[in-house]
This record gives sequence, C-alpha cells and structure tokens, in this order.
Amino acid sequence: MRDTLIALLLLGGTFFALVAALGVVRMPDIYMRLSAASKASTLGASCILVAVAIFFASTAVTGKVVAIIAFTLLTAPVAAHMLGRAAYFSGEPLWKKSTVDDLGTPGAWFERKCPDQSKSADKEQS
Amino acid sequence: MTLASYISWVILPLLGLGMLLTFIRVVRGPSLPDRVVALDLMATFIIAISAVYSVSSNEPSYLDAAVVLALITFLGTVAFAYYLHKRGNNA
Repeated sequence: MRDTLIALLLLGGTFFALVAALGVVRMPDIYMRLSAASKASTLGASCILVAVAIFFASTAVTGKVVAIIAFTLLTAPVAAHMLGRAAYFSGEPLWKKSTVDDLGTPGAWFERKCPDQSKSADKEQS
Repeated sequence: MTLASYISWVILPLLGLGMLLTFIRVVRGPSLPDRVVALDLMATFIIAISAVYSVSSNEPSYLDAAVVLALITFLGTVAFAYYLHKRGNNA
C-alpha cells in the first residue's frame, strides 16, 4: 500500500518534470518557456520529494524535504519573475502571435528594436 | 517489481530523458536567457534525481546534496538575471 503510493507519487512527479522539459524545448518564445519551466518543475520536484519523505518516514528526512519544498515554492516564482523582467528589458522578442504586452507602452518594444524608424515616426507626430 | 528496480528501470530513465530534452535547449537556445532558464530546469532535475536515487539506494544523505542545490540554484539564477539586467539592450 505504501509502496504503491510512493510509486504513484514518483510517477506523477516524473510526469510533471517531463512536461516542463517538453515545454522548454517546444514553446516558441522565452516567456512561455519560463512559465512552463518554473511552474511544472516545482510541482514535479515537490511530488518526488513527498514520495521520498513517505519512503523514509523519519523526522530528519521529512524536515529536509519540507525545507526543500518550502524554499522551492518561495524562490522559483521570484527567480522566474526576475529572469522574465531582465529578458524583457534586454530586448528579448515576444512571439510574433502575442497580442498583449502589458509591460511596455504601445510601441515601446518596436522603438527598442528599430530606434531609427521610431525617431522619424515621433518627428512626424510632433 | 520492487521499488528499487521500478525506480532504476522507469523513473530514472524518464528523468534522464527530461534532462536530455532540457540540454537540447541549452545547446540551441537562441539567446542567453533561454540558456539560463534551461540550466535552472536542469538543476531542478538534478534535485529530483538525487532525491529518487536516495530512495533506490536507501541512503538518506543524498538529500543533503538536494538541499544545497536548491539553495545555490536560486542564487545562480538571480545573479544571471542581475547580469542580464545590467548588460541591458546592447548585446
């Protein structure tokens, strides 16, 4: 019974980790890759670590497992946010079919990529 | 099927496959942030693999490596993000 539970948790964790890897390989731009990697891998590693805690059933191991899970849950979103923000401001292109760019003012991304054309466009407006 | 053989014949190969897929992105990632994302995911895979290996070899001290890796990875990713932010638009 306990072995079945451990086997199922390990399989579920491996499935989510594989989904994260597949997302990193197949997604079209870095922001989707970041989203896939940070969320699915957190869940996968947490499932596997819970299986380890059930297997050993001792206080020391459970403490370590809780520490790892809590730290991952705290740091993975922060790291993903910092990376996404840094990637955006260093000019990573969005996917060409993306429709929403909440961080930039309208046209800001275009100005960063093609500064000459945007300056001439500004002069025409003013 | 015992738990140890199930782990070494099913779980560890699947995790290795996932790590290989991630490594593809490290190799061909078109820019630096892609590679940083993939390396972050690889570190998570190493945490999972060392946890699974501690079950299959019945040796809980492999979890210490997982704890240390979980602490270090965050610092590495934040350092890379800071570097990307400072490097700015001109690369």
